[in-house]
Amino acid sequence: MILQNLVWTIALTGMGLVALAFLYVIVNAGNRIDPAAQTAAQRRSAGLRKGLFWALVAVFIAASYVSLHRFPIPLQHAALDAAQVVDVQARQWSWQLSQPGQQPGAMLRLTSGSPVEFRVTSADVNHGFAIYAPNGRIAIQTQAMPGFTNKILHTFTEPGTYRVMCLEYCGLGHAPMVSAFEVAAATGG
Amino acid sequence: MAALTLYPQSERLPRGERITFNLYMVSALLLFVLMMTLGLIMRMGQGLWLNVPPDLFYRILSMHGAGMVGTMSLATTAVMWFFLRKYVTLHLWAFLANYLLFLTGALIIIGAIFIGRYAGLWTFLYPLPTHPMGMWENSAAACFMVGYLFIGVGSLLFYLDAAAGIIARYGNFGRAMGLQWLFGGTIDPDHPKTVVAGTMVVIANSLGILAGAVVLVMYLVAIAYPGFTMNALYAKNLTYWFGHMYINAAIYMGVIAVYELLARYSGRPYAISRPFLWSWAASCVFVIIVFPHHLLMDYAQPRWVSVTGQVVSYLAGFPVFLVTVWGALNNIHRSGMRWTTPARLMILSLFGWAAGIVPAILDGTIGINRVMHNTQWVPGHFHFYLLLGVLPMVLALLYHVVGSRRGAAPDSAADRIGVPVYLVGGMVFALAFLDAGHMSVARRMSSHLPAWIMNDRVGAIGASLVLLAMLYFAARIIAGLLRAPSVESAANAAA
Repeated sequence: MILQNLVWTIALTGMGLVALAFLYVIVNAGNRIDPAAQTAAQRRSAGLRKGLFWALVAVFIAASYVSLHRFPIPLQHAALDAAQVVDVQARQWSWQLSQPGQQPGAMLRLTSGSPVEFRVTSADVNHGFAIYAPNGRIAIQTQAMPGFTNKILHTFTEPGTYRVMCLEYCGLGHAPMVSAFEVAAATGG
Repeated sequence: MAALTLYPQSERLPRGERITFNLYMVSALLLFVLMMTLGLIMRMGQGLWLNVPPDLFYRILSMHGAGMVGTMSLATTAVMWFFLRKYVTLHLWAFLANYLLFLTGALIIIGAIFIGRYAGLWTFLYPLPTHPMGMWENSAAACFMVGYLFIGVGSLLFYLDAAAGIIARYGNFGRAMGLQWLFGGTIDPDHPKTVVAGTMVVIANSLGILAGAVVLVMYLVAIAYPGFTMNALYAKNLTYWFGHMYINAAIYMGVIAVYELLARYSGRPYAISRPFLWSWAASCVFVIIVFPHHLLMDYAQPRWVSVTGQVVSYLAGFPVFLVTVWGALNNIHRSGMRWTTPARLMILSLFGWAAGIVPAILDGTIGINRVMHNTQWVPGHFHFYLLLGVLPMVLALLYHVVGSRRGAAPDSAADRIGVPVYLVGGMVFALAFLDAGHMSVARRMSSHLPAWIMNDRVGAIGASLVLLAMLYFAARIIAGLLRAPSVESAANAAA
């Protein structure tokens, strides 16, 4: 499942549960109960809240473990030893993508199935380096920041044309600041 | 515990206070309508229903962002003042000075944007404001920064006055927040929730504003001495530390209205409790340290900082769900709630806040942020809890105040239609953003890909409904606020 679709499903479910809780209370808000019943209801509510607290603690621990035990960002101060390396320099309002030894201006060609290291920086202001997959969804992104190099390690699984868009507002030419590159299918396997 | 009088005598506004409160709220309502109109123009421009050239779009975006955040803060400051003055001594001059400094700052910012053509957005990320590629002059950027400083100085003045009042009454911030009861002891049932929340806001937002002031002054130095440069990551951390706390302080100031008013409409006491004190103590820490979740895509940040951003984002949901929302729903459940307009707006505000933080918390996950950061998912969640959460808190208080001047809670047929129109419009508007975010539609772009345009149009329709409802609310409330208190309402309040 595409990650964005999964996130959207979780968000809609969570928001839906919140909405149901509110609807339940609103529907039952008008019927006032007597003080004795109220005391019993408060006790039940306290118990339910305790249950919800521990349920949320369990979700918190599980979500933290699942999302962090393999840290999603590669080490920034160590060699990544990727077979393919791309240097990315952003400037208002264009991208310069190049591979070591590549002729200036040549189209970038990458291969699916093996990791690519993108070394992303900026010559002027903050930009957002986002790679859009052929299906139109963001595959991965990082910030392009002057004075810093942010390193992405990504393995393309689908061949095709990938689009680069700027996701950090950088002035008048922000929207048309796009580029593209090709990812070819891995050969020999 | 205080009696549940709908319009207590302690909330009556003497003439000077009433005029100042009206100035705040009438200005805020007019600004909300104007800023919403700008928002609608942008969505219509993206949807190709209006021709909005890129330079104008980005100036509108800068105005909309700065204007909405500033106005939200202005209005919720008035909410906090309205209730906090019952418990501690607040000086009218400080409240008025904040308003005048806000107005001065706002006018300077409007001039910087629409005369100076500044379009570096409300987040003014370094070094864009000083690197505009001919789009605006450095003088316009400097004016924008100076305008912010005026607004910040005004807020600090108000917080200092509030801090002095709180310390004079309770001895120190810790006692005001009820920290002495965290681990035991009998909680004073009359200890005001407003004081707990207000103290937290004073602590957190003062720090945030000072962080903002540092980066703003450094910008002014950079403009005056072009050879001076800042570390972009350091500047970004300061900017988001300020921005995050400034807008979150608006939520915490706004929710005071719910704490104060809900019990009066449900008819059931809404007691202070140990979980409540824990939640505000924890929220005070969380809001100060959670801001790195805005910088999860800055891989140069140390890992522990990004992990802090994610983990604290998750934890920040606990106080909202388990204490404020649970407590409020518990208070309403089978209470015989009086469903007048203020009550409807309060329940709407709690729903908007609670539902809106679900996508926000998800976005605070590093792995999810890699595909959602700076997409329309972000305006999706913040519009959800600001438009459907915080603004209805302000409107609830205003409807309540209008009612107090008539002696009865407002509940006309138009009011009863206005709230659902606002809800439906807001939901369509915010969900269109969220849907677009999950489709990877970029935020802050003047022009969109053809595949994205249908979503923009749905959002524009939702925005139109919100604006329509807000126009009605603004007219209704302004007319109500400008009415002098009637003899009947004075008698009712005194009863």
